[in-house]
Amino acid sequence: MPDAVQNLQMIPLNDYIFFCSALFAIGIIGVLIKRNALVIFMSVELMLNSANLLLAAFSAYRNDPAGQIFVFFIMVVAAAEVAIGLALLVMIYRSTHSIDINALNKLKW
Amino acid sequence: MLSKYIFYFLSSVAIYAALMVLISKKPIHSVLYLTLAFFAIAGHYILLNAQFLAVVHIIVYAGAIMVLFLFTVMLLNLNIEGEFPKKNIIKFAAVIVGGLILITLIGTFRTYDLEIIKNPTLNQIGLVKNLGKVLFKEYLLPFELCSILFLAAMVGAVMLGKKDIQ
Repeated sequence: MPDAVQNLQMIPLNDYIFFCSALFAIGIIGVLIKRNALVIFMSVELMLNSANLLLAAFSAYRNDPAGQIFVFFIMVVAAAEVAIGLALLVMIYRSTHSIDINALNKLKW
Repeated sequence: MLSKYIFYFLSSVAIYAALMVLISKKPIHSVLYLTLAFFAIAGHYILLNAQFLAVVHIIVYAGAIMVLFLFTVMLLNLNIEGEFPKKNIIKFAAVIVGGLILITLIGTFRTYDLEIIKNPTLNQIGLVKNLGKVLFKEYLLPFELCSILFLAAMVGAVMLGKKDIQ
């Protein structure tokens, strides 16, 4: 697919870096400003996705398949994390009847 | 030229959806906006000619993770309670922290000059055939460990989800 190669070269790699950094920063802000545990999980997913996209971009530009394999493994770990995290969330909801993260601030001390 | 426009369109959709995840008051709107962001990122994978990743991304994220989120929202009836407000000063500080991290990342990467390999076979690597060869030759052990991780996660989720554990 030589056309696709030409197309790919036209997007500078720096654009991918800026875009992924922006997504990552949005994810960090989300973790910090939200008290709803569900939305915090979603922000973590956003951060994982920005890292994934940057790995895939580097792998495509450097012609190295290892990056895309790593993306695959990160997706696996993210899926396992969400399954466990949501199960924990359901348990927390059963005992405190809320998913406010501040209900758990006893864990701090 | 077209791919450049597609790139900027997908990027703006993804950033908009990511911001709306944070701005939305109801969790269910956040979930739906997050799905939109994931589809935009899948479009990015297709643009990078990483078809395998695009398909896996849609299956895993839009198919599995989003369904899990939606089920949690619906089963726990979380949508009614809405938002727990946080103090404005904390929100302000959080946005400053995020902005500083963004500035740091961009400032670091801006000077990084990567040489791009001009190779006609460049983006054949994202196809299932080539990735599968690498995955099952060089990365076979991590792949098997991933299956064990999944098994453990599944058992853990079922155990945590059970009503009464002795």
